[in-house]
Amino acid sequence: MSAADAGGAPPGHAGSGPGAAGGPPPPAPAHTGGRPALRHRLAERGVDRTLLLAAPGVLFLVVLFCYPLLYGVGLSFQPQKGGGALANYRRFFGDPYLRGTIWTTLRLAVPAALVNCLAAVPVAFRTRAPFRGRRLVTTLLVMPITLGTVLTAEGLLGYLGPNGWFNKALLGIGLVDHPLDLVHNYWGVLASLVITGFPFSYLLTLSYLTGIDPSLEQAAATLGAARRHRFRYILLPLLAPGLAITFCLSFVLAFAVFPSAQLVGDPRGSTHVISIEAYQAAFQSFDYSMGSAIAMIMAAVMLAVVAIVLAWRSLLYRGATGGKG
Amino acid sequence: MADVVRRPGGARDTGEPGEPARRWYRRPGNWVAVVVFGFFFVNLAGIIGVPLADSLGTRWFTSWLPDGWTTKWYGSAWREFSLGQVFWTTALVAVLVVAVSVVIGVTSAYALARRGFPGKKAVMLLFLLPILVPPLTYGIPLATVLYKFHLAGTLTGVVLANLVPSVPFVVLTMTPFIEQIDPRIEAAARMCGARTRSVMLRVLAPLLVPGILAASVLVLVRTVGMFELTFLTAGPESQTLVVALYYAVFSAGIRTQQSIDAMAVMYTGSMLVLLVIALRFVNLTQLVTRVREETPRQPGDG
Repeated sequence: MSAADAGGAPPGHAGSGPGAAGGPPPPAPAHTGGRPALRHRLAERGVDRTLLLAAPGVLFLVVLFCYPLLYGVGLSFQPQKGGGALANYRRFFGDPYLRGTIWTTLRLAVPAALVNCLAAVPVAFRTRAPFRGRRLVTTLLVMPITLGTVLTAEGLLGYLGPNGWFNKALLGIGLVDHPLDLVHNYWGVLASLVITGFPFSYLLTLSYLTGIDPSLEQAAATLGAARRHRFRYILLPLLAPGLAITFCLSFVLAFAVFPSAQLVGDPRGSTHVISIEAYQAAFQSFDYSMGSAIAMIMAAVMLAVVAIVLAWRSLLYRGATGGKG
Repeated sequence: MADVVRRPGGARDTGEPGEPARRWYRRPGNWVAVVVFGFFFVNLAGIIGVPLADSLGTRWFTSWLPDGWTTKWYGSAWREFSLGQVFWTTALVAVLVVAVSVVIGVTSAYALARRGFPGKKAVMLLFLLPILVPPLTYGIPLATVLYKFHLAGTLTGVVLANLVPSVPFVVLTMTPFIEQIDPRIEAAARMCGARTRSVMLRVLAPLLVPGILAASVLVLVRTVGMFELTFLTAGPESQTLVVALYYAVFSAGIRTQQSIDAMAVMYTGSMLVLLVIALRFVNLTQLVTRVREETPRQPGDG
């Protein structure tokens, strides 16, 4: 190495010198100083002492996020009851009751995410322009975040129950002649997911919508596009990628439904979702290995759905929307 | 309501010249919004109203409203569930999580905002994952690890578990905030002879305060409301309010329904106060910050 650096390398070797490895070739080496010091070359690419500031955060996440996750993956391949590395996964997919939890969860999470996204669009449209009382309306729409799953569950049990206000009102109007069965089943959990999930999808949709430059719409209006066409051909295509992200996040939130499925649902039957199974395996039968395996399956299913949605999103226009940065 | 398209002059008339003015109720979009909105609110009122009325009522069976009104359930809930201790734990956990996540998060966000380096995308992904993956998925392996090190069941364990989504949250909200602070201000301070310490304390810190406040309030709300991670790692002495509430409902039987509802109302009341405070500091519509194209950095810049 010193031979190549000192005394000017022969032209034939210039490209293959060690200095060419990694990054742009350094400026022609001077006879005295050699290449610029390592510290300078790194600083040119942005690596210097300031970067050390990121170290605590990265270290923290590696220790408390990556390590447990990898530990969990490893644990899931060491079944407590023996039977080979894949025994947990074989048991999960071999048992129709366990396997069915995936379907049960998807059946709850996909409609909940869809309802949240679709309901958020018109409401976000209505509340994006400033009007009197906008702050109050926005606060009210975001309020369910504060309810927490338990109050939502308690409220739903009382409100939608056979003697609740909802059924009383329906009976009073004469829409139904006997109370509807809305709690301790699928519908109660779905209602809880919609109530708790809507604020998030509303906030996301609203911020995507306000990020679209209003002059695009004005231009379309100037050219004579009706309101309907402006929505269909200008706003919707620009909003669609944001909606895809909103869908993914609401789906992920809904997929991990745990307390409401336990409290409002029918945790042993129609709402025996995968997170209940994972919790029971890990902390009730103390089979941490099986619990980790189910958590991994959960993550895999979730990532699969998110990947499908994002693949669809990549087909959409994703350029600048020209709005606020 | 103002029209969808802003007029150049900022006038609030809704009619376009030549087109007769349409009242708000003539537009189908508004009808959909009003229906969605109304349906949401009626049900929301019902869901909040039932526990509220129940917690304030004496007896309530099948009538529209309870037979009589009382506030005794709040007192009995406070004693029965030893809520004084639970509130103290909740506040302690929340304050510790906010403090630690702000210290770790802001320093990391500063490095990420000011430097482009090889592998930055990977680091960003590392900070994004704990927010995208739902808590229960990584919570189970995390709790297992914490049990292995005998940290689960203690206050430390609960704080550590809650930090996992909070640190990335602070990083992701603070990075765009720091990016918009002009690096030339720091450069100018250095030119004038300021040392790193005074650049940090007297130039950066005052500029960062609004962002730090917003991030801390949001982390506070998230931590107080975080059920899954606390549930998986808390022991009997380290339960926060939301977990204590879950156990009160789930192991119901000897408890009266009204005191559980009173506890739930207290939880929602405190969350509501936090949310209203949060909304004063944060413009929630700007939470999604668009990733801007990286501007090429000048060597030696910053």
